[in-house]
Amino acid sequence: MDKTIATPAAAVEGIADGASVMIGGFGGSGAPIELIHALIDRFRATGSPGGLTVINNNAGNGRIGIAAMIDAGMVAKMICSFPRSSDPRAFTERYLAGGIALELVPQGTLAERIRAAGAGIPAFYTPTSFGTELAEGKPVAEFDGRMYVQERWLKADVALVKAETADRHGNLTYRLAARNFNPLMCMAAARTVVQASRVVAAGGIDPELVVTPGIFVDAVVEVREPQQEEALIRAGVGYA
Amino acid sequence: MTGTMVKGLTNAQIAWRAAQDIADGAYVNLGIGFPEMVARYQPPGRQAIFHTENGVLDFGEAPPAGQEDWDLINAGKKAITLKPGAAIFHHADSFAMVRGGHLDVAILGAYQVAETGDLANWRVGSKGVPAVGGAMDLVHGAKRVAVITDHVTRDGQPKLVDRCTFPLTGVACVTRVYTSHAVVDIAEGRFVLREKLPGQSLEDLQAMTGARLHLDGPLTDLTVPELAE
Repeated sequence: MDKTIATPAAAVEGIADGASVMIGGFGGSGAPIELIHALIDRFRATGSPGGLTVINNNAGNGRIGIAAMIDAGMVAKMICSFPRSSDPRAFTERYLAGGIALELVPQGTLAERIRAAGAGIPAFYTPTSFGTELAEGKPVAEFDGRMYVQERWLKADVALVKAETADRHGNLTYRLAARNFNPLMCMAAARTVVQASRVVAAGGIDPELVVTPGIFVDAVVEVREPQQEEALIRAGVGYA
Repeated sequence: MTGTMVKGLTNAQIAWRAAQDIADGAYVNLGIGFPEMVARYQPPGRQAIFHTENGVLDFGEAPPAGQEDWDLINAGKKAITLKPGAAIFHHADSFAMVRGGHLDVAILGAYQVAETGDLANWRVGSKGVPAVGGAMDLVHGAKRVAVITDHVTRDGQPKLVDRCTFPLTGVACVTRVYTSHAVVDIAEGRFVLREKLPGQSLEDLQAMTGARLHLDGPLTDLTVPELAE
């Protein structure tokens, strides 16, 4: 078994117009910048894929990563918990002009909806958002004297994920707090594409230390010394 | 406002007061911004374990400028460090800690808190870009949900109210409020005054408050040391 792919461009080839795309990371930590930029390159060269629904905790920062996807005009809708950042212009300007849709989801509900999709659970109840405007229109129920809101699973066509080490079977580890949403998204997408700072042979990761088992991963591309979104923003770098 | 304004506590002093109620070894989540200040004022000999939504338990202070690792941040996207005994986990586990009743205390900011325990702290109207983050999750599950806040807004409007007029973050979730002027518990749908600034009359404090302050049990002075901001 060998899930490795040679380049980020080849790894994002199959993503279609209108696809739903989970993108790992929390702010710049764990954001798969090289995969995102490969997707932008493809859009600029071919006009596809456009009309994407992007699922991430945030909605981009500065002029790189998801913000650069929005600037390029590829994104029709964001599903996120916090579409703000140190430089949120890309999303804010387009949203206020009516050029991009927003589904706002509480952060823990977003994580659990993604986890549920990966675990085959179509819906669940959570106390989060009960009695608030974000629960409007959703079924509620009482359990043991408390009220809960029904939330549905959240699946995607593809997940773009950043890992630290991958083996050729797709087993993954993550670096520090760059783990965040990445393991959940690996489980919830029909196709999971991973960029890893290091790809090793099967057996190169201690099985006891595997965080994401390879069954959740379809493709792995090695990106050595990957760019870090926050570091790029602080350096004033854009992807234009 | 009709009340005479006694000089209230500074934000640092409000944070200090809230920190005195955190037990040694407690698992604590501090909301982004002002509540993060609480970590500075842990009493000597006590060490809480701080949780951040993006998947870290037992993080420490920010590293010196230039030594940040931007893969190691907190929910406010600030660089942090790990203490010995820290743990890293994914977002679903992180929010299982939140909703599953595993945290001892969550301390959050507020636009308004109602006597029912309702909290409004995520948006003030329908304009602009809405952003909720983890606020709606954090108000459920922690054994204690406390708020730290000025007692009134900058233009003197009460922040402790009978019903929130801003969009709600959660219903009947707050159990204690530490303000610039008082410590107030919320029990059975009412504000119970526990501590007030020495020198402030009950009448004046009531006049700054948008709902009835009840007395139930001892009322003590809210005394806090002078602190640099």
